[in-house]
Amino acid sequence: MPKDGGIGASSKRREDVRFLTGNGNYTDDINMRGQAYVHFLRSDVAHGTLKSVDTKAAEGMPGVLRVFTGADFAEVGGLPCGWQVTDRHGEPMQEPGHPVLAQGKVRHVGDPIAAVVAESREQARDAAEAIEVDIDELPAVMDMKAALADGSTKVHDDLTSNLCYDWGFVEENKDAVDAAIKSAAHVTTLELKNNRLVPNAMEPRVAVGDYNRSTDDSTLYTTSQNPHVIRLLMGAFVLGIPEHKLRVVAPDVGGGFGSKIYHYAEEAFCTFAAKALNRPVKWTCSRSEAFISDAHGRDHVTKIELALDADNNFTAVRTETYANMGAYLSTFAPSIPTWLHGTLMAGNYKTPVIYVNVKAVFTNTVPVDAYRGAGRPEATYQLERVIDKAARELGVDPIALRRQNFVTEFPYATPVAVEYDTGDYNATMDKLLEMADMSGFEARLAESKKNGKLRGLGVNCYIEACGIAPSNLVGQLGARAGLYESATVRVNATGGITVMTGSHSHGQGHETAFPQVVADMLGIDESMIEIEHGDTDKAPMGMGTYGSRSIAVGGSAMVRATEKIIAKTKKIAAHLMEASEADIELKDGQFNVAGTDKSVAWGDVTLAAYVPHNYPLEEIEPGLEETAFYDPANFTYPAGAYACEVEVDPDTGKVTIERFAAADDFGNVINPMIVSGQVHGGLAQGIGQALLENAAYDENGQLLSASYMDYAMPRADDVPFYSVDHSCQTPCTHNPLGVKGCGEAGAIGSPPAVVNAVVDALQRAGHDVTHIDMPVSPSRVWAAMQG
Amino acid sequence: MYAFDIERPGTIADAVAALAKSDENQPLAGGQTLIPTLKQRLAAPETLVSLGGISEIQGICQDDAGRVCIGAGTTHADVAAGAGAYPALASLANNIGDPAVRNRGTIGGSLANNDPSACYPAGALGSGATIVTNAREIAADDYFQGMFETALDAGEIITEVKFPVPEAANYQKFEQPASRFALVGVFVAKFAGGVRVAVTGASEGGVFRWSEAETALSGNFSASALDGLSLPADGMINDLHGSGAYRAHLVGVMTRRAVEAA
Amino acid sequence: MAQVSMTVNGKPASGEIEGRTLLVDFIRENLNLTGTHVGCDTSQCGACVVHVDGKAVKACTMFAAEAEGAEVTTIEGMAADDGTLNPVQQAFQDHHGLQCGFCTPGMVMSASALLAENPKPSEAEIRDYLEGNICRCTGYHNIVKAILAASGQDVSNIAAE
Repeated sequence: MPKDGGIGASSKRREDVRFLTGNGNYTDDINMRGQAYVHFLRSDVAHGTLKSVDTKAAEGMPGVLRVFTGADFAEVGGLPCGWQVTDRHGEPMQEPGHPVLAQGKVRHVGDPIAAVVAESREQARDAAEAIEVDIDELPAVMDMKAALADGSTKVHDDLTSNLCYDWGFVEENKDAVDAAIKSAAHVTTLELKNNRLVPNAMEPRVAVGDYNRSTDDSTLYTTSQNPHVIRLLMGAFVLGIPEHKLRVVAPDVGGGFGSKIYHYAEEAFCTFAAKALNRPVKWTCSRSEAFISDAHGRDHVTKIELALDADNNFTAVRTETYANMGAYLSTFAPSIPTWLHGTLMAGNYKTPVIYVNVKAVFTNTVPVDAYRGAGRPEATYQLERVIDKAARELGVDPIALRRQNFVTEFPYATPVAVEYDTGDYNATMDKLLEMADMSGFEARLAESKKNGKLRGLGVNCYIEACGIAPSNLVGQLGARAGLYESATVRVNATGGITVMTGSHSHGQGHETAFPQVVADMLGIDESMIEIEHGDTDKAPMGMGTYGSRSIAVGGSAMVRATEKIIAKTKKIAAHLMEASEADIELKDGQFNVAGTDKSVAWGDVTLAAYVPHNYPLEEIEPGLEETAFYDPANFTYPAGAYACEVEVDPDTGKVTIERFAAADDFGNVINPMIVSGQVHGGLAQGIGQALLENAAYDENGQLLSASYMDYAMPRADDVPFYSVDHSCQTPCTHNPLGVKGCGEAGAIGSPPAVVNAVVDALQRAGHDVTHIDMPVSPSRVWAAMQG
Repeated sequence: MYAFDIERPGTIADAVAALAKSDENQPLAGGQTLIPTLKQRLAAPETLVSLGGISEIQGICQDDAGRVCIGAGTTHADVAAGAGAYPALASLANNIGDPAVRNRGTIGGSLANNDPSACYPAGALGSGATIVTNAREIAADDYFQGMFETALDAGEIITEVKFPVPEAANYQKFEQPASRFALVGVFVAKFAGGVRVAVTGASEGGVFRWSEAETALSGNFSASALDGLSLPADGMINDLHGSGAYRAHLVGVMTRRAVEAA
Repeated sequence: MAQVSMTVNGKPASGEIEGRTLLVDFIRENLNLTGTHVGCDTSQCGACVVHVDGKAVKACTMFAAEAEGAEVTTIEGMAADDGTLNPVQQAFQDHHGLQCGFCTPGMVMSASALLAENPKPSEAEIRDYLEGNICRCTGYHNIVKAILAASGQDVSNIAAE
């Protein structure tokens, strides 16, 4: 029976009511009295030397308050990078500056050159058109391999080359891997691209800067997944505002998927300009502008080799990846192809030795950073594609080949520096095969044939590391921040509770799921608990939401704070009932003295804490508010198996997803309805990457897919009803809830299933096709079928 | 958008007069293409003359010759619902854009714009329709003059489109995955006097008639009549979504499917 | 500047507008009804869908001046006066048909328009009708399911979780 409340219940989302009635409060819904508007003049060339920016005419235009250029930010810090990667030779990565407004050079189409603040949006835009910019165009650095050749034009003149870093992992294993590949019975090699994506949260970014001259306080309202991180980065590294004079608020946020983690120039600009002009300054990004200013995702070019012995046991994996950083280092960019990618190259398999080489490259493109999955989809895609190819080359069942190589004993230390705490990959595979109705495939294949269509089936596994992250570990790996999470549980006098979390919900349903945990622990109704998040003035310093970390890290902090509340309330209850604290039990919102019929209600205890007339004041303070900071001991490792069935129209090359099944192990589940929704969304993004989405540039650095006219977003008729399951549960062994993360799994596990299925369909029809790069668009499939 | 005024005349005569006031004035039909263009500041009209309030160019009827006559201001949704006398055309209209776009976009606006990937140009050219303006009648064969180019003079307004109803017809669209415009769309219409085949989305020259296919199908209206026929990739649009060769191939596929479904 | 008057959610609404003022800007900025959202500038995402004279239109692709005299309904006009969600809204909550909520107003307005013209749509008809509404969060599964449920059809055979 499904539960009707607490942990494990599919509680309906309370936040839905405001969203369904138009009463959400998104950043663009915020308008301040006296607000001015900014329009950014952005580079329309990919690379060039800024010879001059003449703002004179613009300054005289109607409504213009001020025109800013890079010179105005000469004394201000640049946008910081939050992660430093050390290369194969022990040297730090090359780290270029990232000015708020371009200085000296423009480095990608969309690079902001100047900003006009005016009384209205259109006046700002009119004036921006009147700015005269003289740019000496330089060749655009686009191809990553060519960018590393001697004599290539440099994106950053002050760096020695376009190489950010050349990373080897684990460098000490390199010789062993080379030897294993040399002596292998079989080696399967695959070269592939992981296509560049544009995150496309449906709410475009918005920033409103506000300044109070009488108190010298600055406030930034922004579309962020992590307001405290923005406060720290912008305050400490860019504008020099101490945190106690800076408030960052991220109210309702319309999706993020990673793209709203980073500190962007526009946020710093609006905060800076609000103070300079003593006026609130608002920026609302258009979708067209988002395409050339939001951090992109993926964009790896990889060669992977999988070595097997004569019994088809995996003996080694070797990869060489070129990872596009774009023109500047976005906040977490260097960590994506390294620590979120190399560490996952073992997958679900007990490959004894692995070597990953990543060359991160600067190009004249929009910066690339984490996008749902971030590094882990790239790892999964390579590995699960090469295993499929190996099975075909060897003539063995791809599922059997996977099972044969599964890790089955836990904890398992991989050769790529992580330790899987728990898992059961055969269980999720068994579940998947049941869900996917494998036995019915032949009949469905026959039906497709009858209709002149090809049909294929693709299966794969995935594992990911999320619940980011143990601070001491990531510190060793180059993170410049801690990755704990915080929670304050404030129990009010009459028993209602406000939980302030450093996590941030931008669609994940924290306002519903978090109270389920606290309600369960206290035995009270969920409706007595309210979640506050997104305001640095309310919640304790937290790190925000990304990397499927909210419930695993933020939820754990909330558990720890609630445990402190329980401990204190037991003391108070013991005093009230004149019993020993050790005998007090909390059950169904009531404190009982074990073995007696004495009890006191939750509300009586909470009231006593604030009206301490009969209270152990000599032992404990009045009040009932506790804060906890939780730093995880390890990542969590969700894993699962996915199956995709496609039909291919042989005349047009169009691929249709006919069935999609996902069996995930997320450990314990707080709200199954929300978890399924997270998987659904991830699957659509993964299917989108596999079939539709492609941020394509031409050789001059112009983005060809710069709007929804050319960037194919998955729509309702591109996807089927999914079959998802998370009943296979191996609880995480190191967090108090036994939970893993579920936000990114769908996007990580699904692309290889789709491509495996398309290759399967083509091979069944006799086409000698072993790989098609994503997106597997109709034209690419048709071209592949032409041979 | 740049600043402009909007006028909402109630008659075609007033609309023509309003347009004549300045070279910078521009008609506004459903706006489903024009408004996004204005947002990109790719057009800077002085005054937009809205045709939305002109009742004389709304509605669908049949004339004495049996032609389906559609007022230029009729929305795609209204054509889809009301052009039952010409099912292939109603079906074409019902697959343009999305429902909200179909509730605003008009046949006159689409034909005046002549987007190389739009559906209506294929329907009008494939049907041998007559485009009626405030000044004259123009045969479809003379009307379409290349991407975004038409026979319309400045200030000339389409008022009506007259479609002869064929014995059999069908439109097949292979959608570009992002915009959902036609990557290739083929309209096939079989008349007593012969078959017309019009292709949109494919050519750098905009909508065109595939004369070899017309000849073959006029002799034998079946998909097999197209065996061995193909279009050259030269002159076909080559972009992110498909090469010229792919588009040329799709024209053959869509033509076959249209014949089979007609 | 010109004056425009229309009826919005059953109440008279008027204001000063420019020729270039879009209906969505009039709704959001003049009327402060911020439930109607803007998610793109090429008329594709559908976050701005409202009803004009009973028909779904993209409020970002219609000038306010063209709505003179029209009956406009926005997401704020969908629930009962006492706040009770209408059947489409309620189905979206019951079936988790929204996550971040940004596309949701447009989805609800499109779904309502669909059910007005086709009270028992099939799954395929729903997916087809939503061609002009993009959601990045839900993968559409629960949106389609919610619309089926709102139309009174049995959704028990569609995976609940």
